[in-house]
Amino acid sequence: MSKLPLLGLPPYASTQERVWRLFFYIFCGLVLLFLISPILIVIPISFNDSKFLSFPRDVWSLRWYEDFFFNDRWTTAVKNSVIIAFFSTILSTTLGTIAALGLSRPNIPFRAAIMAVLISPMIVPVVITAAALYFFYANPLMLPGESNIILNNTYVGVILAHTLLATPFVVITVTATLTGFDQSMIRAGASLGAPPTLVFRKVILPLISPGVISGALFAFVTSWDEVVVVLFVGGTEQRTLPRQMFSGIREMISPTITAAATVLITIAVLMLVTVELLRRRSERLRGLR
Amino acid sequence: MDASDGAPSGLLKNMEVRVKQLLSLTVSALAVAAVFSVVDVPKAVAADQLTIVSWGGAYQESQRKAYYEPYMKETGVKIVEEEYDGELGKLKAMKEAGNVTWDVMDVDSGHALAGCDEGLLEELDYSKIGDKSKFLPGTALDCAVGTIAYSTIFAYNADVYKENPPTTLMDLFDTTKYPGKRGLLKKPFGNLEWALIADGVPAEKVYDVLSTPEGVDQAFKKLDTIKKDIVWWEAGAQPPELLANGEVVMTSAWNGRIGNAIKEGKNFKIVWDYQEFDWDYWVIPAGTKNVDLAYDFIKFASDPKQMSQQSKYIAYAPTHVDAIKLVDPAIAPTLPTYPDNMKTAITTDLVFWADNNEELTKRFNAWLAQ
Amino acid sequence: MAIADRAPLLTIDGVSLRARLARAERSRKLKALGLILPLFLFVLITFLIPLGRMGYKSVVNEETFGRLDHTNQALSEWDGQSVPDEAAFAALAADLKAAQEQRQAGEIAKRINYEYAGAISKFKSITRTVSKMETGPYKEVFLEADKVWGDPRLWRTIRNASGHYTSYYWLSSIDLRHGAEGLESVPPDQAVFVDVYGRTFWIAGVVTVLTLILGFPVAYLLATQPAHRANLLMIFVMLPFWTSLLVRTTAWFVLLRSEGPLNDLAEMIVNQRFEMIFTRFGTIVAMTHIQLPFTLLPIYSVMKNIPPSHVRAARSLGAGPFHAFWKVYFPQTVPGIAAGCLLTFILCLGYYITPALVGGPRDQMVSYYVAYYMNNIINFGQAAALGAILLIITMVLYWAYNKLVGIDKMKLG
Repeated sequence: MSKLPLLGLPPYASTQERVWRLFFYIFCGLVLLFLISPILIVIPISFNDSKFLSFPRDVWSLRWYEDFFFNDRWTTAVKNSVIIAFFSTILSTTLGTIAALGLSRPNIPFRAAIMAVLISPMIVPVVITAAALYFFYANPLMLPGESNIILNNTYVGVILAHTLLATPFVVITVTATLTGFDQSMIRAGASLGAPPTLVFRKVILPLISPGVISGALFAFVTSWDEVVVVLFVGGTEQRTLPRQMFSGIREMISPTITAAATVLITIAVLMLVTVELLRRRSERLRGLR
Repeated sequence: MDASDGAPSGLLKNMEVRVKQLLSLTVSALAVAAVFSVVDVPKAVAADQLTIVSWGGAYQESQRKAYYEPYMKETGVKIVEEEYDGELGKLKAMKEAGNVTWDVMDVDSGHALAGCDEGLLEELDYSKIGDKSKFLPGTALDCAVGTIAYSTIFAYNADVYKENPPTTLMDLFDTTKYPGKRGLLKKPFGNLEWALIADGVPAEKVYDVLSTPEGVDQAFKKLDTIKKDIVWWEAGAQPPELLANGEVVMTSAWNGRIGNAIKEGKNFKIVWDYQEFDWDYWVIPAGTKNVDLAYDFIKFASDPKQMSQQSKYIAYAPTHVDAIKLVDPAIAPTLPTYPDNMKTAITTDLVFWADNNEELTKRFNAWLAQ
Repeated sequence: MAIADRAPLLTIDGVSLRARLARAERSRKLKALGLILPLFLFVLITFLIPLGRMGYKSVVNEETFGRLDHTNQALSEWDGQSVPDEAAFAALAADLKAAQEQRQAGEIAKRINYEYAGAISKFKSITRTVSKMETGPYKEVFLEADKVWGDPRLWRTIRNASGHYTSYYWLSSIDLRHGAEGLESVPPDQAVFVDVYGRTFWIAGVVTVLTLILGFPVAYLLATQPAHRANLLMIFVMLPFWTSLLVRTTAWFVLLRSEGPLNDLAEMIVNQRFEMIFTRFGTIVAMTHIQLPFTLLPIYSVMKNIPPSHVRAARSLGAGPFHAFWKVYFPQTVPGIAAGCLLTFILCLGYYITPALVGGPRDQMVSYYVAYYMNNIINFGQAAALGAILLIITMVLYWAYNKLVGIDKMKLG
């Protein structure tokens, strides 16, 4: 019929269909290339010896990594990012998981509305959230006159803000795990004589833990990546890694940003792998596979 | 009835136990976070740390070498660096919030005056700094003490223009003779003066013309002629970067930044025609908790011997008369104060900008966005 | 139910079963709500109330309220058309003197200057003048200092700004202002924001369409491949999704430059370099790259649940391949398309970092101006009004998303 390869089509496919299929594959290939190549292209540039952002021509060098790992500005930024991401992850995972447990009970009144409110920090443009928090932090207790408590330029302020931005992710992932939750498993456990504590520990917890852990990962990444809130409510002391990269691009263009980017890409790969493994484990446990 | 209704009621209790554990975890996390911030706050206000805000890039590097590092070595004080683009907005916001975390700032002249007017800056007590009369005229202000003389010039990439390079300010505005993108500072400051001069206004009349609405219109009209060819820069580190990467063929810049790029081997050339001469100052933000330490640092940085060091690292001239004598004669031709470079120089009118910056910036931003 | 009506069922301790069940149900609901409460309160206190306070900032005269009380009172009888009388001038002089002592005169001048361009320098100089004067008359001094003090529009501005509330910021956000006869457009050299909102919608729309065009085929590919290959290809989608926004923006910043890799490639192929960084084109490309997974993933998860037998059935009934795809497969993907596109559109409206770093001055969206008025100009009222309008638009779209897709359906990864 045609010399064109079948490309996974049934043998009765027409030539026209095969041409289309070929075109389709090429198109998809290009899109996937578009998705991945910008990220990969930063990596070789980070090994450049020159002070300007270009591909290494003759000399490869680790000088930008040296700057990243030993320069005070960058190491402080990493330290700040870790501290802030750690605390906001714990807070948001706790708050989000508890709320998700409540939300997945049947017949909650106004469930949709409550859910919409809890998810809204993810939807509202971050600049608006940051601006609102900036005003709020200047006088959190809303007392008249000058406030004694100011959360701007403090760790607590940034951590609370990141917690706010991260909870929607936890709520979504944990509720998602709980919706697939087969209630008959609880009854099965109980009918086999397990006391409720045991049912919780042996049945519910293992089932929701992948959701909780991936929610926590999302929360971590949200805080770890966040720059707008830090720009608004963070001070010099709270300068985080993304904040440092932002000024790296705007104020003192240095190839160290590409070294930082490469390190962050490596971390992203690790996160991706972890979440994928968790997802598979969750599906296996819930019997979806 | 929903399947879950059959769940044993003890389960709820159990979840509550979980919830209690989680809650106690939250509380302890909050406590730890609070401890962290408490531990960190004294560090910020403790007398052994000073936050200095400057303009980033090569300039800040020169300050680091000439002042910060020697000062830290001598006193053991830790200097935390911050960079900004010359806007007092953030300072004003910090002051309104009652939480000023900047201790010393490097500002240009327009902001030195405006900041003083608006009560953002501490009025200086010169007895804590040094002999006021030893500073060049116009550099010892009420709230600000001069640190360097810099100028806004334009520079081009000599690899691009091997023959017939641009030599006058007119060439910056001439896109037929010199096609290609040019970089300009994303502020009205400096650009409006140049636009008027390029449009034929005599240098000494520039501020008179600019004080009239028609003059402002004229300046924007002139800028309109090259608007589509402008790449705007905001930070001093950007112009050499834009030139080196071929983003622009010529750009306005602060002379020291170009000077440093040349030192690093870039084939850039500076055009001094109608250079815009100005000062940078040290100031102390009103409301900082480290006033004494801030004075101590400024005194250290205003010492002639120390001040003369900075010219080694960037081509800016000192403001202290004794420091000028100590500058290496070999680098004098690269400084904005060198007579040959000063032939057509215009001096920035501080008072004009202190009064009109707000309005012109508003107009400029509207013009940019259109 | 009919049986219960006649003889209520009782539990062992004699309470009606229905009441008992209702109570159990109620306590279950309360317990569930109790679990939700901590997060709800957290969101309420650190998010909803601050948003409300931001809205308040956009209608209140913070810089001037309480500082121009004398003037406000003196102008209460004024007709708004003529030059005010000596009393008004004296009142303003008194207010300015008091403000000068508190170092607040600069703020008043700045606030008036928002509405009356040029007022700031006039205020500064007149404040200096009247501070030296013990007593009046002031009117001549003012008028002699500058003829601007004889302009009724300036006085109307002062009167409006000395009240507690103002509509100035909201009007200004849509390029309107109070004129002599009601509302009028601001002069064209100041009209910016309508344009900015239009541009924000335009960019968000283009990016949404592009992500759909690029994402739909790939989602189809991923949904129809065998699991092991699909999982492998999925990495291409998920890695960008997990990579920091700053990293991706940095990547585009590097790629799009005149001497960057993309232009090197262009020079090799077509012997020409293109202007890409600091342009609308660059902004849209970078945003499309960042948003693509957000559009693609919801479509993919819908497609995965479409049984392949549907298309096969259509084919076996004689439909051509395209006809079968279009009539049988495509309609089933519409919910995914709606979910993905709406989410991308909503998220695009709030973009700030990417346009700020790879766009030019004419590519900045609403968020940029909110940040700019907050951090650079320190005009909190304007920032709050611009933000409030964007917030309302976003909330309407979010409501639509909730109606159309349902927030429960939102999936991550």
